[in-house]
Amino acid sequence: MEIHHIIRVVGVTKSFTLGKLPVQVLRGVDLSVATGEYLSIMGPSGSGKSTLFNIVGGLDKPTSGRVFIDEVDISQLDAYELAWLRNRKIGYIFQTFNLIPVMTALENVTLPMIFAGMNSDHAVAKGRGLLDQVGLGERFQHKPSELSGGQQQRVAIARALANDPAIILADEPTGNLDSSTGEEIIALLQKMSRERAVTIISATHDFKMLSVSDRVVWILDGRIDKIEAREELNISLGTIQERHAAPHP
Amino acid sequence: MPMPGTAKRHKQLEISRQIVLPWKKSAEMAYNSLRIRFFRSLITTFSLVLAIAFLSYTLTNTAIAGELYSLYGNLALPLLTLDGYVFDKAEAVIKAGPKDIWLIVLSLLVCTVGIVNAQLMSVTERFREIGIMKCLGALDRIIVRLFLIEALILGIMGAGCGGMLGMLAAWVGSIVHFDTLDCSKIHLLPLFTQVLLAWGIGIGLSVLGVLYPAILAAKLQPVIVMKEEY
Ligand SMILES: Nc1ncnc2c1ncn2[C@@H]1O[C@H](COP(=O)(O)OP(=O)(O)OP(=O)(O)O)[C@@H](O)[C@H]1O
Ligand SMILES: [Mg+2]
Repeated sequence: MEIHHIIRVVGVTKSFTLGKLPVQVLRGVDLSVATGEYLSIMGPSGSGKSTLFNIVGGLDKPTSGRVFIDEVDISQLDAYELAWLRNRKIGYIFQTFNLIPVMTALENVTLPMIFAGMNSDHAVAKGRGLLDQVGLGERFQHKPSELSGGQQQRVAIARALANDPAIILADEPTGNLDSSTGEEIIALLQKMSRERAVTIISATHDFKMLSVSDRVVWILDGRIDKIEAREELNISLGTIQERHAAPHP
Repeated sequence: MPMPGTAKRHKQLEISRQIVLPWKKSAEMAYNSLRIRFFRSLITTFSLVLAIAFLSYTLTNTAIAGELYSLYGNLALPLLTLDGYVFDKAEAVIKAGPKDIWLIVLSLLVCTVGIVNAQLMSVTERFREIGIMKCLGALDRIIVRLFLIEALILGIMGAGCGGMLGMLAAWVGSIVHFDTLDCSKIHLLPLFTQVLLAWGIGIGLSVLGVLYPAILAAKLQPVIVMKEEY
């Protein structure tokens, strides 16, 4: 059977101009992600993980190269179609949670559904259900400031799932959490990926994340260094951890 | 490889399913956003309240002067011209003096600049929030609409308060100032007409003042949420 690739990144480069100097952050990235896959992107700080994420997620445009989501070249989309893509196809999870501070947990989760044209009652019912699933059923009326970091990230996960996206992009979802809360979030993401067959791509420094990943992409200096499947990974994980633990305690 | 036509076909598919935000929901969000940032909103409207109070004060004072002239005729005229009002002989009406008109124009100008400034500040404070909404699929026009509704609510409240305050001040001031004339006979309707006028101008200014900041907000790129500083 042919594998369906939900995301295809073809020869993507990205440069920023800092002052007058152009800085090349991505130097030609090619990557295909299968539907339902849990992919982790590892790499040192500044290697271009977030930049790649923003481009894959339609938040930023590549300098050259193409990104196909469901075989649609997203650089060809106009503002309306991009908004639709962000709303329906992709759920974002950020290191800094990025909930809207003036809204309750439930309002944060229902907002994407309202944008998608779902009626209010239906959105509230679905939002409550999602908050239940991430273990925050009781706290739906709390503001982000009244929630812990882990709880905020749970709300963010519920929000990312609001419109049943095909893809979830998580940029260092555990980066601002302590290690045990981080594990809970990783377990939750894994559960969601299994139950909903949603494709998850996650950038991380967190080695705990690797054990739940189907594949790990190592990025170095704007290029893909290597791609390892889980089986290869388990064998080499010990040595990897030793090698990489020092710069990222 | 995808066919060249594939992207186009998808386009047509997707256009039929657009991003929306119903008016009722927009109004609810705008109202909540103002309510939760109550003190911030107060500061934003403060210059509007003051300017409209001044406008309404001047307008109702002129209306009172007009009423006094129609009640007492030439008996009131020396008092009124002494206060700077201009008597238009051709139309036989009392008008605001050029100094007052200058002050009004100036105060409205200052007020508009004040609103634009306050709204720019408030947009800057909300960069992240706007970016998040765009990540969730909000269209530019949804962002503009939210800011416009907020400004409309602020305008209705702020200019309403300012208008009433100005009229009250003008009324009390006139009773004290024209103590030789009986002010109780004055018809209130022309006064309220002036308050309405000031109110309308205030609402207009509030909406006008938010246009540029709102468009600026709508043009923000969603990547902004990735930056630490906001
Ligand atoms: N808007 C920008 N303008 C200029 N340079 C940028 C911009 N965004 C990112 N960069 C640069 O691109 C490089 C890669 O940044 P990126 O955020 O993608 O790294 P990262 O792999 O996500 O790192 P981290 O693990 O610290 O999050 C960095 O050197 C950064 O300074
Ligand atoms: Mg990053």
